[in-house]
Amino acid sequence: MITWILRRLFQSTFVVLAMTVIVFVGVHVIGNPVDILISPEADQAERARIIANMGLDQPLWKQYAYFLGGALKGDLGRSFVFNEPALKLIAQRMPATLELAVTAVLFSMTFGVPLGLYAGLKPDGFLGRTIMAGSILGFSLPSFWVGLMLIMVFAVELGVLPSTGRGTTETLFGVPWSFLTWDGLRHMFMPALNLSLFNISLVLRLTRAGVRETLPMDFVKFARAKGLSPARVIFVHVLKNIMIPVVTVLGLELGSTIAFAVVTESVFAWPGMGKLIIDSINVLDRPVIVAYLMMIVMLFITINLVVDILYMILDPRVRLGGKS
Amino acid sequence: MKEETPFRRFVSEFAASKVALFGLAVFTTIALLAIFASVIAPQNPYDLAQLDIMDGRLPPGTKSATGYTFLLGTDDQGRDMFSGMLYGLRISLAVGVGSALFAAVVGTSLGLFAAFLGGRADTAIMRLVDLQLSFPSILVALMILAVLGKGVMNVVMALVIVEWAYYARNVRATAMVERQREYIEAAECLALPRWRVVFRHLLPNCLPPLIVIATQQVARAIALEATLSFLGLGVPITEPSLGLLIANGYQYMLSGKYWISFYPGITLLVTIVSINLVGDQLRDVLNPRLKR
Repeated sequence: MITWILRRLFQSTFVVLAMTVIVFVGVHVIGNPVDILISPEADQAERARIIANMGLDQPLWKQYAYFLGGALKGDLGRSFVFNEPALKLIAQRMPATLELAVTAVLFSMTFGVPLGLYAGLKPDGFLGRTIMAGSILGFSLPSFWVGLMLIMVFAVELGVLPSTGRGTTETLFGVPWSFLTWDGLRHMFMPALNLSLFNISLVLRLTRAGVRETLPMDFVKFARAKGLSPARVIFVHVLKNIMIPVVTVLGLELGSTIAFAVVTESVFAWPGMGKLIIDSINVLDRPVIVAYLMMIVMLFITINLVVDILYMILDPRVRLGGKS
Repeated sequence: MKEETPFRRFVSEFAASKVALFGLAVFTTIALLAIFASVIAPQNPYDLAQLDIMDGRLPPGTKSATGYTFLLGTDDQGRDMFSGMLYGLRISLAVGVGSALFAAVVGTSLGLFAAFLGGRADTAIMRLVDLQLSFPSILVALMILAVLGKGVMNVVMALVIVEWAYYARNVRATAMVERQREYIEAAECLALPRWRVVFRHLLPNCLPPLIVIATQQVARAIALEATLSFLGLGVPITEPSLGLLIANGYQYMLSGKYWISFYPGITLLVTIVSINLVGDQLRDVLNPRLKR
């Protein structure tokens, strides 16, 4: 088991290294590193000084070693626009994104599970069919368009919710959070709903399939035969068994929710990492782009690694398969 | 009584679903509108000489100075939305279909390659597929466009890189099963050249699941292109696709000028949903598990 984890860790390190090569090649070979790393306002003498200073006149493998060394120390360059370390900028924006993503995942549970439960219990009813048809829309509609429609209906036409921004924030552990104030919550509702639509559909379908699969099983029949109330059978015996895959999938989806926050944040002008990266791409603030790409790759690899290890601990079949 | 060929059976099974037929009809109409955009559109939205900034942001149904009625209103440049949408649809469809087909060629080749060579090549290709599929598509596309910059060809390239892995994984899985069958063995016993066995005998039998994936990927590609263009990373502003048209109207939507974003959005929606309706029925018809 330890060797398996070590091997997995080794693989992940290799993937991170491969990604640094890809990002490095993307920025230094395909693009012109002088344009990318030096501010366009610099004059000729300063350019030459920086080129020598940054080692851009060195052979490529030395430059890569320099880049990697900087990355290991957490130095991925300074933003041209904010004149601050790129990594620090991203770290500042991260809480807003995390807050949004976690709320979206909570939303997908609170909406997805009851809807899926209903659709699973009454698969042929009108409402059950409507829910399933709606879930197809949740999968296929582009989320930015849904976000626009939410703004159009709730902010412009009805005027009940604020259209953009983060609202009033409250500081906790030195970080501003929106979920601590009523105004912040009001601002968060639409973006979080928008971000969670895909996951709501996913959870809904998983729950429905689970209910349909579990209902004919022996332990459900037995629970009914014992004379337990229908509510107890469904909410304790059936639901408990369905929640395992649902929670697993949601854990895996947290990563892509953070990635898709790029779209939602742009629509709702939510000041998170995603908005920062889009703004940076549009003004060609390359150090921030590189830092974001490296951060998100690390994040994904960590999530995948943790999920794999948890799976191995939880599921004996995977554990034994890994041993042989 | 007509003889039952596989193709006729396929057509009649597909036609069994009215919803799918409706989807196909809608998509055909949309495709025709896009193809004949230059004939149908009352205005060439790329010809700046035909635009009048004074016509900007007119609501649907307003008459222009030249007596023409703007059916769906105008955008901020004074462009007729209906014409702009037809041309935008053309770009969206071309990018979506083009990238899906190109990705199909790349993914299928690599998938067949992996299935037939096995060993190191197989492991290498499938590791790459696993790695890529562990990242969400939007992120992969974002990375590529962040490095390459805007442009129609860059978007197509990004979409191909995003999509090829789905084809490769599925084709490999199908090919692994099919190559165990007797007809492949028979073909190999005839000492036919390797490429002939792969492309004439194996590939046609791997096609059904491939067609299903291709349909779904066209819809995904169109949605992803629209998203990227909306974020300002996709097609250039001179030739707006549906996503960029929506983005252009976004700032005016807050002041109640809904039509600039709304109609391109509805068009995008109808396009994606109609393709998905067709795709779902294709999946049901072509899935051997549901049949036997």
